[in-house]
Amino acid sequence: MRLVIIDTGVSNSASVGAAVRRATGLEPELTVDPKAVESADRVILPGVGSFAAGMAALERHGLSEVVRERVLDERATLAICLGMQLLCEASAESPGVEGLGVVEGRLERFPPGALRTPHFGWNRVSWSDGDGGGEDGEAYFAHSYRLERAPEGGRRALCVHGGAFVAALSRGGVLACQFHPELSGAWGAALIARWARAREGAAC
Amino acid sequence: MLTATDTNLTKRITPCLDVRDGRVVKGVRYRSVGEGQGGGGVLTATDTNLTKRITPCLDVRDGRVVKGVRFSGLRDAGDPVERAERYEADGADELVILDVSATGEGRAACVRTVASVRRTLGIPLTVGGGVRRLEDALRLLDAGADRVGVNTAAVERPGLLAEIADRAGVQCVVAAIDAARRQPGEGWEVVTNAGSRRTGIDAIAWAREVERLGAGEILLTSYDRDGSGEGYDLELIAAATGAVRLPVIASGGARVARDLKRAFDAGAEAALAASILHDGVTSVRELKRALSSLGVPVRRDTADERSMA
Repeated sequence: MRLVIIDTGVSNSASVGAAVRRATGLEPELTVDPKAVESADRVILPGVGSFAAGMAALERHGLSEVVRERVLDERATLAICLGMQLLCEASAESPGVEGLGVVEGRLERFPPGALRTPHFGWNRVSWSDGDGGGEDGEAYFAHSYRLERAPEGGRRALCVHGGAFVAALSRGGVLACQFHPELSGAWGAALIARWARAREGAAC
Repeated sequence: MLTATDTNLTKRITPCLDVRDGRVVKGVRYRSVGEGQGGGGVLTATDTNLTKRITPCLDVRDGRVVKGVRFSGLRDAGDPVERAERYEADGADELVILDVSATGEGRAACVRTVASVRRTLGIPLTVGGGVRRLEDALRLLDAGADRVGVNTAAVERPGLLAEIADRAGVQCVVAAIDAARRQPGEGWEVVTNAGSRRTGIDAIAWAREVERLGAGEILLTSYDRDGSGEGYDLELIAAATGAVRLPVIASGGARVARDLKRAFDAGAEAALAASILHDGVTSVRELKRALSSLGVPVRRDTADERSMA
């Protein structure tokens, strides 16, 4: 099994790689080669930093179309934090920059008010269709922009900080998380392991 | 209080044909479902399930954990990897490593320490100390830090915060502010170079400034309380958290769970602790149990809770 981490230099690949090794025993391959990303059994799209910088990095390495196709085909792809945001159409963080547009919606900044921004720390993740059977839990978040409306189809998890927003989406082999599973302790490690073990194309 | 699972949404039966290039396929676009889903009007802008963090801090010199009082009188407190593993197993919400080495060799050792800790650590890791240039920050992030703390260098050259934020993202930048009390009623001033230099800069004004420059969080240490066990400087926390919208990690002076509760009540999102954990006076698990009984929301996803379930 080949597991690839897209390492555009605008990401926390070290943390993601370490978590993958611990959770799955697999040795991840760090790459920006579109062919390697296309052919891999499992692909992780991490990302920290701005929406514009993340998109620019994907474009620069010719990865946009490959990632878009993988997600559309529901092939095993784990998008983390900015990685999830890049799947969307646009972000208030970088007006005028188009995202991959696979997930409908534009990211908005947390509303001004009593709560602190960025949304840093551990918050509850609840799968909307779940019975809580071990899948709901507390995850580590670090972000200032969020997807407020969940798209249709597949599974979705919500989180509450200044109102509800989308914490995760899952469809086929695709798992997109606004939180950082690689930094979410034992709960996050279990999520990564489930995603990595799931049959190609099966929901995790 | 409403939680993330509250909804009045009814179940829908929604036939869906995913079409691409004129053919029905699986997996085209995740479409938004509109009203009532996700960001609907049921929850208000002040609702959150965010928990308060307990943040153990390891002062590391030449690859070993040390701890002192008021930034000096350092004594050995063990192996950083062992400490990190124990704190995570105990329910720590994140870890801070501060490199207090004075030499280039010590700095190189710290990068190796970060890499070793990262191999086993499954929670966020902030590393500070000796970050003077963008390259220093990137080296630590590459080694496995999730965030870097910048202190003295940011005071001397504020543009450094923006440089790191532009390259790595706002959420990677922690502005470490060491604040010392002035005369009564005159607030606090920023001290740098491990407390040896008084800058004359007002600490609260500086907190506002780092927010503007691109910090994602503030690690606010009371120079007067560091290692003292006298409790956090609550007035300092209240003044800083009142001045900025960034989350603030309170640091310096923790002894018992009530000290942490008071820091949270004063506005802190996270409470840093070092001496009391290193010395075995208490543990993260004990602190969390006590905080929970005091009504503070804390993460309970620990081995402790699972074994009870």
